[in-house]
Amino acid sequence: MGNDAPSATTNLEEVDYGAVQASPEFQRLRRTHRSFVFPVLGACLAWYLAYVLLASYAHDFMSTRVFGSVNIAMILGMAQVVTTFAVTTWYVHYANKRLDPLAEEIREEIETGDFQKQGAR
Amino acid sequence: MRHFEAAASTSPGEPWLNIAIFGAFVAVTMFIVFRASRNNKTAADYYAAGRSFTGGQNGTAIAGDYLSAASFLGIVGAIAMTGYDGFLYSIGFLVAWLVALLLVAELLRNTGKFTMADVLSFRLKQRPVRIAAATTTLVVCFFYLLAQMAGAGGLVSLLLGIGDQLGQAVVITVVGALMIVYVLIGGMKGTTWVQIIKAVLLIAGAGVMTVWVLALNGFDFSALLDKAVEVAENPAILDPGLKYGVSDTSKIDFLSLGLALVLGTAALPHVLMRFYTVPTAKEARKSVVWAIWLIGIFYVFTLVLGYGAAALVGPAVIAAAPGGPNSAAPLLAFSLGGPLLLGLISAIAFATILAVVAGLTITAAASFAHDIYASVVKKGKPEPGAEVKVARRTVVIIGIVAIIGGIGANGQNVAFLVALAFAVAASANLPTIVYSLFWKRFTTKGALWSMYGGLASAILLIVFSPVVSGSETSMLKTDAIDFAWFPLSNPGIVSIPLAFLLGWIVSVLDKTPEDPKKQSEMEVRSLTGIGAEKAVSH
Repeated sequence: MGNDAPSATTNLEEVDYGAVQASPEFQRLRRTHRSFVFPVLGACLAWYLAYVLLASYAHDFMSTRVFGSVNIAMILGMAQVVTTFAVTTWYVHYANKRLDPLAEEIREEIETGDFQKQGAR
Repeated sequence: MRHFEAAASTSPGEPWLNIAIFGAFVAVTMFIVFRASRNNKTAADYYAAGRSFTGGQNGTAIAGDYLSAASFLGIVGAIAMTGYDGFLYSIGFLVAWLVALLLVAELLRNTGKFTMADVLSFRLKQRPVRIAAATTTLVVCFFYLLAQMAGAGGLVSLLLGIGDQLGQAVVITVVGALMIVYVLIGGMKGTTWVQIIKAVLLIAGAGVMTVWVLALNGFDFSALLDKAVEVAENPAILDPGLKYGVSDTSKIDFLSLGLALVLGTAALPHVLMRFYTVPTAKEARKSVVWAIWLIGIFYVFTLVLGYGAAALVGPAVIAAAPGGPNSAAPLLAFSLGGPLLLGLISAIAFATILAVVAGLTITAAASFAHDIYASVVKKGKPEPGAEVKVARRTVVIIGIVAIIGGIGANGQNVAFLVALAFAVAASANLPTIVYSLFWKRFTTKGALWSMYGGLASAILLIVFSPVVSGSETSMLKTDAIDFAWFPLSNPGIVSIPLAFLLGWIVSVLDKTPEDPKKQSEMEVRSLTGIGAEKAVSH
């Protein structure tokens, strides 16, 4: 965008954030973020809620012995721990692979002055 | 294996040995705090440790902040006494981290500076939102502090054999005074180092005890459970429902507790503030991942330790011991390794309380000095150095309040008290955090209604709950006074949805929309990290 200014640092006060927000790159980042975070968190909370409801209202089922004295309640509790670890690992992988590069790209565009307000320079 | 006579009100260990171990810990950490604090100059140094910690260090510190007396003394005691129902605390406290990881941590790091109010007031009207956020921060920190100080009281009575109320009050005062010194000298950097050391000690200590308990049972978890059933003379301690399954009301109470636990973490001001001590959002993400692994592993230990305490010490002995359920973990240590292990584990538990109290105090002080003094009273232009000075004075005041509150709350189960702090945090803070990060139409009025509405409803429902009045086991300790018309002991199931609803309805009805430019800036900054506060280089 023909930024001939000698200084490479852009004054962040003069960035047109509305234009950044409307840009297709940013909309893609927003979509990529939300389309992961909302459904995954929703599923995890539903799974947790199901566990709490079972522990509260399905005593007989939860008390079923599986091996030795270990019952279903303990196994489901451990399963909650395992899913928490798994989702954490999954999210980190997703964020490093899909979110960070997009954010990086937009940051660079802003810093090179692509989104300066009209007449700011 | 040693047995502790429940009838004796004296300490099972050697009080002087306990004091020596504890004194050594204080000396070592004090030295580290002194060294770490030499570079404390600016507000960013004092509140955010110059944003210079790595993800791994900060994650360990988060675990140190989070694994409070509630997690160690409280959960082990709850599992030993009420069996499986106590384990819900562990699961809830852990799953809650997914909300923090997926929704809050990175976006918060990108948009804020020192406190939760920085983020909440970013695109709304500064003054009213800041005051509201600082108020909820102070109240949540106060509830959390109460729980920690109550744990300190119970632990001391067990360790030093101090049974009388006056003696315990003196020791709570000493703990409070020590904490004030740590925070005054060390600021966030010193506090963070104390958290890191304590997290390592706590997880290692719990790990050793877990392996030991399992080894005594031939590494057969099922055999340990059988033994717990035998000693407790109650097979129901393995199944859910022992505490919360007795009536329809108590089942709903269990749901309410579960909801408060899972939604509270991402709204705890002292946890949120930790995300500012790292240089970037990516390090914030890394620190949450570290924290989740450490915390998760620790909570698996609590299951073994809880049933271990039931099997090796027995619920009857624990109930009769000074400190009640909170003494299950130290008593288990005594039964495993005698006075020396009791001394070590208790010193770790003490360190836990001290470190968490320090973290809470610095959060509350930062919120008061930064949000109320610097931003509201001085309109964002405090004299140089004045803000940190005010923060230090606030530390002393909060310390004194915590000491008085701790003496009052002495004897309650700590995990239970912390769950109340979680309910207050989830009601007062979470809706506004989520809406301001993700919902364009959110307005100042919506934020104020949601925060004050959530805070007031949570607190009123606690005041009128069976926790405060109506029975011998309530805070008033008599059944003569009974104003407990709200049947649940945790208000979460009512106050959290109410706060979400208030924020939504009031924003939708609000005819004065917020500045769309600020919303654009906040969304762009939160997702890309542009313009985020950088690390301080010395």
